[in-house]
Amino acid sequence: MVTSTATMGRSGLYDWFVQRVSAVILLAYFLVCVGWMLVNNGFGYTAWTALFSQTWMRVFSLLALISLAGHAWVGLWVVFTDYLTERMLGPTGKVLRVLAETISAIIMVIYFIWGIKILWGL
Amino acid sequence: MLQVSIYRYNPETDLEPYMQDMQVDTGGKDLMVLDVMELIKADDDTVVYRRSCREGVCGSDGVNMNGTNGLACVTPLSKAVRKNKLVLRPLPGLPVIRDLVVDMSLFYAQYEKVQPYLQNPSPAPAIERLQSPEEREKLDGLYECILCACCSTACPSFWWNPDRFIGPAGLLQAYRFLADTRDTATDERLARLADPFSVFRCHGIQACVNVCPKGLNPTRAIGHIRNMLLSRAT
Repeated sequence: MVTSTATMGRSGLYDWFVQRVSAVILLAYFLVCVGWMLVNNGFGYTAWTALFSQTWMRVFSLLALISLAGHAWVGLWVVFTDYLTERMLGPTGKVLRVLAETISAIIMVIYFIWGIKILWGL
Repeated sequence: MLQVSIYRYNPETDLEPYMQDMQVDTGGKDLMVLDVMELIKADDDTVVYRRSCREGVCGSDGVNMNGTNGLACVTPLSKAVRKNKLVLRPLPGLPVIRDLVVDMSLFYAQYEKVQPYLQNPSPAPAIERLQSPEEREKLDGLYECILCACCSTACPSFWWNPDRFIGPAGLLQAYRFLADTRDTATDERLARLADPFSVFRCHGIQACVNVCPKGLNPTRAIGHIRNMLLSRAT
């Protein structure tokens, strides 16, 4: 049993589950957006605003935003713990990894709050 | 004449590893790679590699041949050689002891973690613990592993985290005991595998499946372990 504090659920199963479910939600969101653009060929600002003023689209977008944050966090955490390690870089590995994890977590929270502001016009 | 380039490193005399080029007369025969290594050793007995049974049973002579891991004794030149050239390197990702011999300690440490033995505290019956043919069939494709390490050393996840990711060979054996109806330690076994590294560092790229000299499928076994973990947690 390997313990780790920086994963989402501190369990590999939980992270794996989050990654799979969020991937399905993101795929669905992508298909809906692209499908809408194809159906509404030559759409403009008005149609776009009308779409995003509907509650279902805002909720769906928020769900996609949460999924993106979760998906990105799990993915980046895996990348950081693959390449920025003491095994690869010596003691510097730990410093770089913690730094990279912290910076990406802060960026993710900023994007998340910003996204909510844009979506709900708060 | 076959062009052979072989990885050489003797920590007592060499500052760093180097590739030694040589020509080997195969007599136009489709020899096994191990035969070529034997011919090289007959010429230069300082070349070091592991070998034993020379028929794909012991798993000693796992090496990297033209970029692909495999057992030298059961890999014919016709399969390994490209453009009349054979490049021999030690299995990647493990520390090199000398020439083609790698230190397998990390690999065995991961194998040990899965507790690869039957656990059942109930008193053993007079003859043996019986299984139905269907129950026994579940172990096919799992018990055949010879621990040659070709799979784990072909796995990037194992290269980056050999101390935390169990690797395809260890996980195939983990599932071999999870799937065994005579074993009663399933819950304890699964609890030890649920962390983010032991199993979940597998991203399913199937490099292990690609190189296994016994034709086994560790990725499928890892998928079964994931499903068991999911069933247990939901």
